[in-house]
Amino acid sequence: MDERRIVLSAKDIEVKFRVRENYLTAIRNVSLDLYEGETFAIVGESGSGKSVFTKTFTGMLESNGRVTNGSVIFYGKRTQNETAPEGEQPAEGGAEEGIDLVQLKSDKDWEGIRGAKIATVFQDPMTSLNPIRTIGSQIVEVIEKHQKVSKQEAKQQAIDMMARVGIPNAADRFDEYPFQYSGGMRQRIVIAIALCCHPEILICDEPTTALDVTIQAQIIKLIKDLQKELGFTTIYITHDLGVVAKVADRVGVMYGGQIVEYGTVEEIFYDPKHPYTWALLSSLPQLGIKGEDLYYITGTPPSLFNKIVGDSFAPRNPKALKIDFAKEPPFFRVSDTHYAKTWLLDPRAPSVEKPEVIQNLHEKIEQMTGKGGAFYVDDE
Amino acid sequence: MSTTNNEREVILSVRHVDVAFDVGGKKKFKAVSDANFDIYRGETFALVGESGSGKTTLGRAVIRINPCSAGEIFFNGERISGKISRQQDRDVIRNIQMIFQDPAASLNERATIEYCISEGLYNFHLYKDNEERIAKVDKALEDVGLLPEHKSRYPHEFSGGQRQRVGIARAMIMEPQFIIADEPISALDVSIRAQVLNLMNKLKKEKNLTYLFIAHDLSVVRFIADRIAVIHLGKIVEIAESETLFKYPVHPYTVSLLSAVPMPDPIIEKQRESIVYTKEEDDPNASPREMREIRPGHFVYANDEDMVAFEERLKKLESYHAEQA
Repeated sequence: MDERRIVLSAKDIEVKFRVRENYLTAIRNVSLDLYEGETFAIVGESGSGKSVFTKTFTGMLESNGRVTNGSVIFYGKRTQNETAPEGEQPAEGGAEEGIDLVQLKSDKDWEGIRGAKIATVFQDPMTSLNPIRTIGSQIVEVIEKHQKVSKQEAKQQAIDMMARVGIPNAADRFDEYPFQYSGGMRQRIVIAIALCCHPEILICDEPTTALDVTIQAQIIKLIKDLQKELGFTTIYITHDLGVVAKVADRVGVMYGGQIVEYGTVEEIFYDPKHPYTWALLSSLPQLGIKGEDLYYITGTPPSLFNKIVGDSFAPRNPKALKIDFAKEPPFFRVSDTHYAKTWLLDPRAPSVEKPEVIQNLHEKIEQMTGKGGAFYVDDE
Repeated sequence: MSTTNNEREVILSVRHVDVAFDVGGKKKFKAVSDANFDIYRGETFALVGESGSGKTTLGRAVIRINPCSAGEIFFNGERISGKISRQQDRDVIRNIQMIFQDPAASLNERATIEYCISEGLYNFHLYKDNEERIAKVDKALEDVGLLPEHKSRYPHEFSGGQRQRVGIARAMIMEPQFIIADEPISALDVSIRAQVLNLMNKLKKEKNLTYLFIAHDLSVVRFIADRIAVIHLGKIVEIAESETLFKYPVHPYTVSLLSAVPMPDPIIEKQRESIVYTKEEDDPNASPREMREIRPGHFVYANDEDMVAFEERLKKLESYHAEQA
């Protein structure tokens, strides 16, 4: 696992927004290494900073926001058949040079990165597409902007891409407008636009939240298939843990502007350590028992205007320790791939069990999806 | 839950309802066709389907926003569809209230919470004096877990979950018998969804309410509904008690919806394939389909040929459950 190449490395990122003479700290010292070809899911409530964090990778922070600390190093792709320029940089393992994305300022600096190397798919396809221009022209525009190709070739590429994302009769639908497409089809087009420059990283920011469950399943499958085919790395932002289970290789749980726990998807679901991860998992309606109350998280997320003392989740955590209110916990190592920022992992901490609903999660879900279970589906 | 339908009192009865829209010229688009079901007092009846299935249209037909182009709707035994008297119209509005999907869009952002919640009281003069009105607002806020001092605030000062509570409070203050909740939690975060669902369950028990719960997500519906109707392209394809529908789904569209619910388990979820349901071209020679009772209380949209296949499927599922037990 450690052998895999890092494509992007964020270190100690801090993001502040200026709001009416006040400063709001949206991201507090977040670090993340992204490995080539993986799908990393970021989960959290609204306001936890999951979108803001990834916007620093594409320079799309709102104008009142600034990265005030840290670096985001992006390592360009170097495939085996692509040799380094002659005479320069003999291939020495690990000594790759990256670009610090935080240092990029103007739109011109970003041109070669945003859209070309790192592309984003947003939640609502209708706000990403221009309603008064044809679908085809919007895809062609991106191809022409980033590649030097003739008009015909751009059009051909666009139609190919449309077919690839599952638009039937792509050539006929090239000249249609967004309103003539259904919600799921529109999102397919947004994905086509994002992928037509063959980016190395695709950021999917809640790409299915505005869609129905059936369409959601199709879009998730599409992104996975394309990832296999084209080999990009995916960052998947969502608040739905069911979706995370489906798409992710690794997961980062965000709360109050920090990643509070990260690990492989199996570690996060079967052996979560942070009380916030427990709470998120427990409140899933899939696990609800009829006639009983669903588990829910009391209170509201912390105000980001104030300095947060201690563990940011402590005020909402019914089993918080005294130290949670006084001192911020460091990351404790659970395994080589699994780390959590909670005092519960300190050797001196009392032992606290995760909630009953999420104990033996795999056995429970196995029963629910097995023959005779509530979610059993037989495929004929 | 009582077991047989005969013991229960029907509160809302939808009889062969069509809802059609003009789409230019003489063309009509039938958004809902031949909807036919009863809702019993005190239950939560869920209407599940994807966008464009007609579930919202049907909900709006009940509350008289969309006129029925065929069929009738009865509320407490009285017809409420088509032409009715002004007094009856007012009774419907008062007794059937709605909770909408997006709490931010359904509240007047320039009015205080006090006004938002009082609006129905003003329209129907449901208070003797100002004191009584304020007392009612305070009570409604308290019922949904907000504080009386919140009433001087504006909607933007609340979080998404709190705003949805305000949306619920403004429906509750009318003391309705029946509530249509149109995707009330789809726009909310997972953690807040749980709060709102719990609140709706609590209020239902306390005030003996009946819900028509419109949703697209079966995982939510399983938790809250007593009975479920699955609607696809304007047609109700299956109706059953919640337990039954999950254990013995027979219509292929219901199965496809079930398979699309993401389960919070990476090992299982990565193997699960969702089944895509595409409606077969209607064979002009096939005998017409209608709602048929395949088991007591379990209805499915089928013709004779379908029934054979569905029966076989059901027998298979029943044998699995027998094995389990």
